[in-house]
Amino acid sequence: MSFETEHESHSGCAVDVRDLRAGYNSHVALEDVTFTIETGCLAGLVGPNGSGKSTLLKVMLGLHKPWSGEVLIFGHSEHPTHGHVGYTPQTELVDWTFPVSVMDVVLMGRYGKLGLIRRPGRRDRELATAALERVRLMDRAQRQIGELSGGEQRRALIARALAQEADLLLLDEPLAGLDATAQHDLLRLLEELRTEGKTLFVATHDLSCVAADFDHAVLINRHVVAFGRPADVFTEENLSTAFERHLFVLPQGTTIIA
Amino acid sequence: MNEFANFFTDPWQLEFMRRGLFAAIIVSVVAGIVGSYVILKGMAFISDALPHASFGGIAIAFAAGASLYLGGAIAALATALLIGFVSRRGLIKYDTAIGIFFVAAFALGLAVIQKQNNYTGDLIALVFGNVLTVTWSDVYLAAAIGGAVLIFVVVFYKELLFTSYDPAMAAATGLPVAAFQYALLVLVALTTVIAVQTVGVILVVALLITPAATAQLLVRSLPAIMLVGAAIGAASSVIGLYIAWHADLSASASIVLTATALFLLAFAFAPARGVVWQALPTRTAVPPRSS
Repeated sequence: MSFETEHESHSGCAVDVRDLRAGYNSHVALEDVTFTIETGCLAGLVGPNGSGKSTLLKVMLGLHKPWSGEVLIFGHSEHPTHGHVGYTPQTELVDWTFPVSVMDVVLMGRYGKLGLIRRPGRRDRELATAALERVRLMDRAQRQIGELSGGEQRRALIARALAQEADLLLLDEPLAGLDATAQHDLLRLLEELRTEGKTLFVATHDLSCVAADFDHAVLINRHVVAFGRPADVFTEENLSTAFERHLFVLPQGTTIIA
Repeated sequence: MNEFANFFTDPWQLEFMRRGLFAAIIVSVVAGIVGSYVILKGMAFISDALPHASFGGIAIAFAAGASLYLGGAIAALATALLIGFVSRRGLIKYDTAIGIFFVAAFALGLAVIQKQNNYTGDLIALVFGNVLTVTWSDVYLAAAIGGAVLIFVVVFYKELLFTSYDPAMAAATGLPVAAFQYALLVLVALTTVIAVQTVGVILVVALLITPAATAQLLVRSLPAIMLVGAAIGAASSVIGLYIAWHADLSASASIVLTATALFLLAFAFAPARGVVWQALPTRTAVPPRSS
């Protein structure tokens, strides 16, 4: 976490989203979306289903063209994704039956830098190996990806982003469907990567994880409801604005999301 | 002993059998490799549709006395592009668009052929193919087109793999994903065109799908599936032609049924994953997925 003063803040921004408006056909998915994430942050992206979390990640990756507004990644808006932005999709969107090994998938992180036709070389293999060692998955390198456990699958996708030498990682629901131990291990890995200087932006439903372990939170429901330190963002007022009827605040102060 | 040897050498004494053998092997090797992507991407329906659509062009070329290959290729490619164009508008689903246009192209071919004199004979030959009537120039053309398809698959291996496996990430790294998805359709269309002479428009899909699906039961990496798929396709062609010769059966039917038999064998007896081993009560055939 850093406490930069206002006039310095832009130089330290990994992500600077300004007045973003995006959608599909006539359906508005995101409106007036403005927020920043400082470099070296572990940041959470929180909001109810259909709040535009996935659309926001797609726009940041350059996969979906916004109607207006801009996304600056490390201060650049042109093709921000070719290297600086790593991405781990929701696991249900990945074809785990495909006949590729864990190493094959991690090497795909190098494909963008290789360009057309050129094959991965020694340096690419070294980076992929280092990435697999980083996420403690080297002993699984030659396994078919479907043989991995849920936690190992997330780590393999993170290794691909690391092999890409990405400084900003966008993770779509990496904590979903994991048991408590696997969640804990994954969070520890994310914290370690943050310590090493990576910026991580994690879409998640797990408010308590973000509140407990993250530096920064962006709460959205089509609009940005709030962003900043989790303690400041997750106020009762902000949460009920974001989650509308899906959030129940119990008398003891415990919150449940349905 | 001599008689035993004759059993294997007899068919190849005749030039039309040798030509047929070359044509069948070229086509089944190419189809086995391209078919690996077809089964992995769930493209079975489009792979059945394109050969049917090519029939429209083949029939027109046949009536006009033009090259059947060229007619078939144009019809298959035009139909593939039309399907892509209509479904990309978002009003009609992809498989619905396939269903509309391939039958239309096939019906067009039927109407054109019906106007010809030797209606039934020509129709049977085009729809079901006859590998034993191919000429040497057919064989050379099949080798040239098949060779081009294989070169593309090898040169763009990395791109085809990435766009098939993870199109979103491939697009995010700047790869022209749509171009490679169209390219895959073109590869299927070209394979179709050279396969039509061998097994006819109805049975092409069997050469694309069955050997690759058999390979998928036996090996676990994409290059291995391609190589084993090609080998199984070639084996089906050779065994199928022997059966056709000795039992006096249709060559295309024999080749396809041989491929099917090999698939069923693999389905039953594939190491660890065959249903026969799975049914045995005493051992766990596949290590359970940890979670």
